[in-house]
Amino acid sequence: MTEATPRLATYPLARERAFDPPDELARRRAEAPIQRMTYADGHEGWLVTGYAEARAILADNRFSTRPELLHSPIPQRSEFRSEPLTPGFFIRMDAPAHTRYRRLLTGQFTVRRMKQLEPRIQEITESRLDAMEREGAPADLVESFALPIPSLVICELLGVPYEDRGKFQHDSAVLLNLSSSIEEVRAAVQDLYSYLHGLVLAKAKEPADDILSGLVAGGELTHEEIGGVGLLLLIAGHETTANMLGLGTFALLTNPDQLAVVRDDPAAVENAVEELLRYLSIVHIGPTRTALEDVEVGGCLIRAGEAVTLSVAAANRDPERFEGGDTLDVTRPAHGHLSFGHGIHQCLGQQLARIEMRIAYPALLRRFPNLRLAVPAHEVPMRSNMAIYGVHRLPVLW
Amino acid sequence: MKIKADTGRCIGAGMCVLTLPRVFDQSEDDGTVVVLDAEPPADLESGVKRAVQLCPSGALSVEE
Repeated sequence: MTEATPRLATYPLARERAFDPPDELARRRAEAPIQRMTYADGHEGWLVTGYAEARAILADNRFSTRPELLHSPIPQRSEFRSEPLTPGFFIRMDAPAHTRYRRLLTGQFTVRRMKQLEPRIQEITESRLDAMEREGAPADLVESFALPIPSLVICELLGVPYEDRGKFQHDSAVLLNLSSSIEEVRAAVQDLYSYLHGLVLAKAKEPADDILSGLVAGGELTHEEIGGVGLLLLIAGHETTANMLGLGTFALLTNPDQLAVVRDDPAAVENAVEELLRYLSIVHIGPTRTALEDVEVGGCLIRAGEAVTLSVAAANRDPERFEGGDTLDVTRPAHGHLSFGHGIHQCLGQQLARIEMRIAYPALLRRFPNLRLAVPAHEVPMRSNMAIYGVHRLPVLW
Repeated sequence: MKIKADTGRCIGAGMCVLTLPRVFDQSEDDGTVVVLDAEPPADLESGVKRAVQLCPSGALSVEE
């Protein structure tokens, strides 16, 4: 007889290596792709690290994302369950409530609409590269490149003044910081929400050609709901791509053969972006769902009310789906990764994110063919304390 | 091969258009799927199957 495996006490966050998920998750995946996990509040729920199981759960509407049902896999977010939902924050709604909001936005984020933005994104990218050249090395790539590009793009799309970035970048950093207290998070949400609600009221008086004005003119949502939608899109629109650009560049700099492919072969860029998304999986925790009824997944019976936390990072490295998945290989077929999620909540802005990355990585690497780290790799500060993983700073020379 | 699309389930993620733009498009209005060619030639079969597989909402299916 073998001894029973001790249950994992809450979700591991510490990463042994910059680009790999915590080893504990890989060990658990090898043991069982779905298994019990004790949550921060003592709840006995589940941990899912297998690709097939994670994908099945994300596609299944019998699992809810509503905050009042959630148990947190980490102690830092245990109290958040009782927080009232910001109006219009549809990522935390189930169908059909979720469907109503999403439908009002999907027409704005189609593949064709995003393609039309290419020239503008190229222009923004080139102007950031010009500024880096003017200001000279060394530079922090996050501050001078990775963060401004997606921030400018989402500001223009939504109709948020870029001059106000100090405010929303600060608030979203507090929101995503896993060490922030519930009071700090509440204050940041309130601050950002008031700001966006104020913008919505201004657009009702003086409409412009942007998404927030369009939602106001559409008349289907209240100004309060549009404020919440704006809050969600603003955070999701800049933090995610910014971290992919920062962390992705770091990964390429430490894998020079892969970097050369992205720099020199335009036909390889599309797939390279998918592989970087798969390999880096910047969603640091979860997502977590709650079963609304008894559901069997991978031979395990998940009871109604039980929490399920998926590790997107572990699922994207599952050897059953991606052979040799712990290696960055920009030529591997990487489609089907779960980095944008799956199911009805799959990322609304994914086609925008793809275009931003397809433009930004090669443009950076071609402008600065000698781009390199300005500090030893182990000194790059990693975002292990943030809900979205990446680098806090990336000091570079060229 | 006949493609069926359920626009009621579609969430407008655009994965089908990204995978096979010859066969799939999105409505200008709400981003939901528009099938340009419901009975595409056999050489597109693997692309169609991949689009069906990648669809996040399960809105696409194929009848042989």
